[in-house]
Amino acid sequence: VSRSHRAAYLDHAATTPLRTAAYEALLAELGRHGNASSLHTAGRRARRVVEEAREAIAAAVGAGPSEVVLTGGGTEADNLAVKGLFWARQSDRPRPRVLVSAVEHHAVLDPADWLQAQCGAEVVRVPVDEVARVDVEALRSLVAQAPDDVAVVSVMWANNEVGTLQPVAEVVSALHGTGIPVHCDAVQAVGQVGVDFGASGLHAMTVSAHKVGGPVGAGALVARKGLDLTPVIHGGGQERGVRSGTLDVAAARAFAVAVTEAVEELPGSAKRLTELRNDLVSGVLAAVPDAVLRGDTDSAGRLPGNAHFTFPGCEGDSLLYLLDARGVECSTGSACQAGVPQPSHVLRSMGVREDDARGALRFSLGHTSTAGDVAALVDVIGSVVERARRAGLASRRAEAGRA
Amino acid sequence: MRVVAAMSGGVDSAVAAARAAEAGHEVVGVHLALSRSRGGSAASPASGPARARGCCTVEDARDAARAADALGIPFYLWDLSERFQADVVDDFVSEYAAGRTPNPCVRCNERIKFSALLDKALALGFDAVCTGHYARVEPEGRFDSSRDDEPRLHRAADVAKDQSYVLAVLSPDRLRHAMFPLGGTVKADVRAEAARRGLQVAAKPDSHDICFVPDGGTRAWLAERIGRRPGTVLDDAGAVVGSHDGAYGYTVGQRHGLRLGVPASDGRPRYVLAVEPASNTVVVGPREALAIRTVVGRGPTWCGPVPSVGAGLGVQVRAHGSESPAVVTAVSTQAVEVRLDEPLGGVAAGQTLVLYEGTRVVGSATIESTGR
Repeated sequence: VSRSHRAAYLDHAATTPLRTAAYEALLAELGRHGNASSLHTAGRRARRVVEEAREAIAAAVGAGPSEVVLTGGGTEADNLAVKGLFWARQSDRPRPRVLVSAVEHHAVLDPADWLQAQCGAEVVRVPVDEVARVDVEALRSLVAQAPDDVAVVSVMWANNEVGTLQPVAEVVSALHGTGIPVHCDAVQAVGQVGVDFGASGLHAMTVSAHKVGGPVGAGALVARKGLDLTPVIHGGGQERGVRSGTLDVAAARAFAVAVTEAVEELPGSAKRLTELRNDLVSGVLAAVPDAVLRGDTDSAGRLPGNAHFTFPGCEGDSLLYLLDARGVECSTGSACQAGVPQPSHVLRSMGVREDDARGALRFSLGHTSTAGDVAALVDVIGSVVERARRAGLASRRAEAGRA
Repeated sequence: MRVVAAMSGGVDSAVAAARAAEAGHEVVGVHLALSRSRGGSAASPASGPARARGCCTVEDARDAARAADALGIPFYLWDLSERFQADVVDDFVSEYAAGRTPNPCVRCNERIKFSALLDKALALGFDAVCTGHYARVEPEGRFDSSRDDEPRLHRAADVAKDQSYVLAVLSPDRLRHAMFPLGGTVKADVRAEAARRGLQVAAKPDSHDICFVPDGGTRAWLAERIGRRPGTVLDDAGAVVGSHDGAYGYTVGQRHGLRLGVPASDGRPRYVLAVEPASNTVVVGPREALAIRTVVGRGPTWCGPVPSVGAGLGVQVRAHGSESPAVVTAVSTQAVEVRLDEPLGGVAAGQTLVLYEGTRVVGSATIESTGR
């Protein structure tokens, strides 16, 4: 097993390499000083860079500049949306219900569950179908039960594990006229598919810099003008008073450069990734005929760069090791703390059996992906799965006959 | 040779991995996730159970990962928590509930490290599992299964750290794929070596007790799982001298924590003589009443030829005990019985009986019963 050749990086959904232009912008700004809240010349210069970045980010996602609340990343923006909207919605009457799709990222699910544990919220997970697409009728009837009790609804634009695009327009229309704010985590979608906040009818939307080739630790909550949001982080009152903290000028500019570039490359980049992804899917299925493509099998229903499989009889950690040892970097797709990887809640919500869910692998493509990366995977996946199958579900099998 | 180094996050396994890599093997570090650290159900993530201590904590996983970084070897986390729960933790609870005193480290070596982990490693194309145990395999690295060349397990050079007792359950076909690079070294040298190699864990304290039970809290931990089962404490004459909340909280030979209401007539300390789960009774008495001469072990595993009746061997009946001379008095596929040359106190059912010839492990069995 040789590690000398360049690894095939198939984990762009985790993070995608920094774009050259973003890298240069980041370096340039790191060499300058100034607090964007200061009134002197250095501060005004910094402020100008931040505001230009805000305008560019807004333009890239179809929002107005004043709708962009810069945060320290997607997770923070999700927390601000879920908690901030929940709290703000308690001002006139108690509204305990938080409706989230069952396949949301932990950055949405965990704040919601925290609100339930700490603030008397009642979290309801809206079911999804077998491709992880949210059941809009179920959402509609959940809302109809007691519309005044619903504080906030959150449904992602595209699922981070299986890549399924959610019917955002239908979700918005189901909520139309109820006054219930709708949040959407669009972290995986921006730069892969067209995302237009203004046209979407959403109230709030999460964007992350490092998923589009910007730096880690930067993101934004795009929030409609006048949307009532209770702050999560208190302090100097930056960012409309809902997100205090000295602005990260360099990160904002690099984020803006990256998201602008990523969106400008559409739709050509999406077409290129779709073709690469389709080659990857057919190559994997040819090598491993009983692999199961999860998520929407219709190419138009999923992110261009996403392919997700379960490999029967295999464990994700065996597959991950064997691929890594052969220079292919990917992910099991589900949250894995330093503790124990849990069977994916996304796959479980889709009705995938726990044993099958354990053999899950996500391959995700991005702006640096090449046909060579796909070929590297297709070359080894057959023998890797064969070997992983031999290792079997060793960690699950209860001790058979005890001596 | 391709080697999985089981890395607990401690100094021993880190140095063992370093030595294996230095010997020219292709080493991959693996930290075993043995307990669920994220709070179970998605419905209550904020109120999950407290993290287990010991070999499963996030800090230990990080220490292991950092040691692998320092050695420049790949590192993975493998989830064996379900196997560990079923084969070690549940076994531990049910053994105590049955009035026996299990050794979970023996179970872990038998069923996790040199079973679940080794099987997985072999299937993935590895040749051996390397750990930081203090014990020696001779000859080492004989993967073919010719009988002439069967590996044998020996005590470590550092007798104070010797862990052959908790490995004695391994049969030769498991030992073939075991690598214990620290077997010939004393602990102090291992720490010095770790420091020399720039491993951050060089000064990390040794782990003690049971990795899945909070320090010194075995009785309370068991009570949470088995429940309160109040019963009486009798003296060796059958008189009631106290009460208890569960006979499982007591081990033969135990002296402290008896909370007896009636003082001994002679004022001398009393010890647990027997734990009787059927009647939920604990029997206490003077130290000399603990003395036993015969030990019966069930389910023996032999590392080499089965000893014959009359053979004089050394036996060890607890992890940190010393070796006592004994004679094999009966042996079958189901059981082995030995008679000790001198009486021994505090021998608890459920512990492991290990037989030695010189430094060599002859075999082991789980102690079923003892006699005078």
